[in-house]
Amino acid sequence: MEKTEIFVVGGGAAGMAAAIEAARAGAKVTVIDENERPGGQLFKQIHKFFGSGVHRAGTRGMQIGRDLLKEAREAGVKTRLNTVVYGIYPGKRLGLVCGDHTEELTSPIIILATGASENALAFPGWTLPGVMGAGATQTLININRVLPGRQALMVGAGNVGLIVTYQLLQAGGDVAAIVEALPYIGGYGVHASKVRRAGVSILTSHMVLRAEGNESVERAVIAQVDEKWQPVAGTEEVLEVDTICLAVGLSPLAELAWIAGCQFSYLPALGGWVPVHDENMESSLQGIYVAGDLAGIEEASTAMEEGRLAGLSAAEALGYLSHEVAETRKIEVQERLAALRIGSFGDGWAMAKKEFLRARCEK
Amino acid sequence: MKQVGKEEGVRTTGIPSKEELEASPGYPNREALERGPIVVIECVQDIPCNPCEMACPKGAIRIGNPITQLPVFYAERCDGCGRCIPICPGQAIFRVDITYAEDKATVSFPYEFLPMPKKGDMVQGVNRAGKTVCEAEVLRVQKPKKFAHTAVITVTVPKGLSMEVRSIKRNHESPFST
Amino acid sequence: MRIEDHPILGKAERGKRITLNVDGEAVAAFEGENIAAALIASGRRVFRYTAKRMEPRGVFCALGRCTDCVMIVDGQPDVRTCVTPARDGMVIQTQVSRREGEATHDLEKEKD
Repeated sequence: MEKTEIFVVGGGAAGMAAAIEAARAGAKVTVIDENERPGGQLFKQIHKFFGSGVHRAGTRGMQIGRDLLKEAREAGVKTRLNTVVYGIYPGKRLGLVCGDHTEELTSPIIILATGASENALAFPGWTLPGVMGAGATQTLININRVLPGRQALMVGAGNVGLIVTYQLLQAGGDVAAIVEALPYIGGYGVHASKVRRAGVSILTSHMVLRAEGNESVERAVIAQVDEKWQPVAGTEEVLEVDTICLAVGLSPLAELAWIAGCQFSYLPALGGWVPVHDENMESSLQGIYVAGDLAGIEEASTAMEEGRLAGLSAAEALGYLSHEVAETRKIEVQERLAALRIGSFGDGWAMAKKEFLRARCEK
Repeated sequence: MKQVGKEEGVRTTGIPSKEELEASPGYPNREALERGPIVVIECVQDIPCNPCEMACPKGAIRIGNPITQLPVFYAERCDGCGRCIPICPGQAIFRVDITYAEDKATVSFPYEFLPMPKKGDMVQGVNRAGKTVCEAEVLRVQKPKKFAHTAVITVTVPKGLSMEVRSIKRNHESPFST
Repeated sequence: MRIEDHPILGKAERGKRITLNVDGEAVAAFEGENIAAALIASGRRVFRYTAKRMEPRGVFCALGRCTDCVMIVDGQPDVRTCVTPARDGMVIQTQVSRREGEATHDLEKEKD
C-alpha cells in the first residue's frame, strides 16, 4: 500500500476540501473520520448557502456535501471511517482506535479539521430528556428523519437557532417561540424574517429559567431579562413544550490540537480557545495544519476555503506545487475568504483572524 | 451596522421596518409598482451574498463588490420574471403585481413547507409577522427542478394588501395529533 | 415520530423493517438507522438513569459525543445509541449506573 503523505483528521467541510486540494496536486491523502459516512455536518444543512457564485451560493449544503465526496473520490482521496484519532504524539504519530483494535500511524503532514461541538446552557431542568442541542435536533430531523417532539422552544436567535427553527417547521414540527437573552437577534435578519412569516415569535431579552417535567420536558418557564441578564420579576411565562433546543454557540473541538502541543489563543469572536495559525493554516507546529471550525467558529463556506488553503499549503510543503503556483492559488482562495469576512456579520471574524497572525508574528 | 428605525427593525423583531424597507435600494417605488409585475427585494442587511444579481437576465439587480453591498434594483429593467425569487438564500425577494385586476393584486413568494397548496386553493395570506390578514386564492405554484425544492407561489390578495402579504399560513397538522 | 415526507428531502427512503427488543418490548426500526432514531420515533425519551440520583437522561448531542444516550445493548453497557446502527433482534435495556466506575445493571433487576 502506498504510504500516506497527509492524514486529514475529520471528513467534514474543511477536511474534505483540504484533502481534495492536496490530492489534486498529487499528494497521497487519507481522511480519517469517526463516523460511518464522511461529510461531517454538511448533509444536515438543507438550506441554501449564502455567498456568491464562487462560494456556490444558492446551493443547499447537502448538495455541496455530495459534490465534495464525489470530487474527493475523483481526486483519489482515501478514507478511513469508523476510526477515532485519540492522540497525536511527537514525530506526528497518530493514535487510532478502530472497532476493538488500536493502531499507530504517521505522516509528514497532518491536517486537523475536527470541527466544533455545541455549547450547553445550564438551567434547572436542563438535563431532562427533551433538552438537546439545536444541532442534535437538526441531525434527528434531517438525517434520521425523526421529530424529537411535538412542540419546541428554541434558545438562541443566532443563525443556528433561526435555521433549525425553520427546519423544524419544514419537518412538520412546531416551535412555540425563540428566546434570545441579548436585546437583538444575532443571526441574519432574512433567517429571522423567514420564521416570523411562518408564525414563530422571537423574544429578545428573554431567557429560559427552567425546564419542568417528571421524566422528560413537559414545559419551559421563560422570563424577560434586564440588561444585566437578570430575570425581571413578574414576567415569567409558562410554555407547553416537550423539547428545548439549545442554540447558544459552538466551541472548537480542540483536544487533538492540544495533545499535539499546538499553541493556543483565546478569541471569543472565534468561539474561545483556538489553535494559533498563519495564513497558510499551519499551526505553531511545523507540518500540522488546522482548518474549519477548529481554527475558529465561522460557517461551512469559510471552513471549505480554509480547508483549501491548508490543502494547497500542505501540497506545496511536500513539493507537489511550486511556490509560484501555490501562491497564485492561495491568493484566489484568500480573496474568496475575504469576500465572506466582511460586513456587520463577518467583520468580527476578519479582525479575530488578524489577531492571530499578529500573535504568531510576535512569537 | 446602519440602523434605520433602531427600536423596531429587523434586528430586534425579525421584521424589516417600513423605514428600513424604504431606505433599501432594492425596494421599488409606487410609480414602478404601477407599471406592472415587478420584484420587491426586502434585503436590508449587509450579508455576503449575491446570487440574485447573477439570476437576473435583465441586469436589473446590481450588487457588485464587495458582495455585502445591498442589492440595487433598477425597476425599469425588471419585467417581473421572478427568476431571482427561488435563488435568494434568504427568501427575501417577492413579486407584486398591483395591475392584476381592479381590486386585486398578486403576490408571489418562496415557499418550502408541506402540504404544498394547489392552484385554486383558498388559503390565508399572512403578513411579515405571520399574522393572517386576508383570504387569498392560489393562482400558480411553480416548482421546476431548477428551483431546487423552493416553490414559488402566486396568490391573489386585496389590492390594499399587496405590500403586506408576504406568505401564506402553513396548513399544518401536527403528525402527533393523529 | 417519523418524518415521512419533507418539502426539501422528499419521501423518506428506509431500509428493511426490523424489530428491536427494548426493555422487553418490541420496537419497530429500519435497517440503516441508529438505535436512538428508532427509539425517538417510537416516542421513547428516557434512555438511562444516572448513578447517584437516578435522574433520567436522553438524547442530547445526537453526534456520539456527550454519552447521555448510552444504553445496554446486547449485554454491553455504555453503548452510544445515537451512533450505533440498529440490527434486527438487538436486545436493548435502559441503563442504570449505580456508581461511577462500577458495573451497570439493567433496570428490571434494580426494581426487584
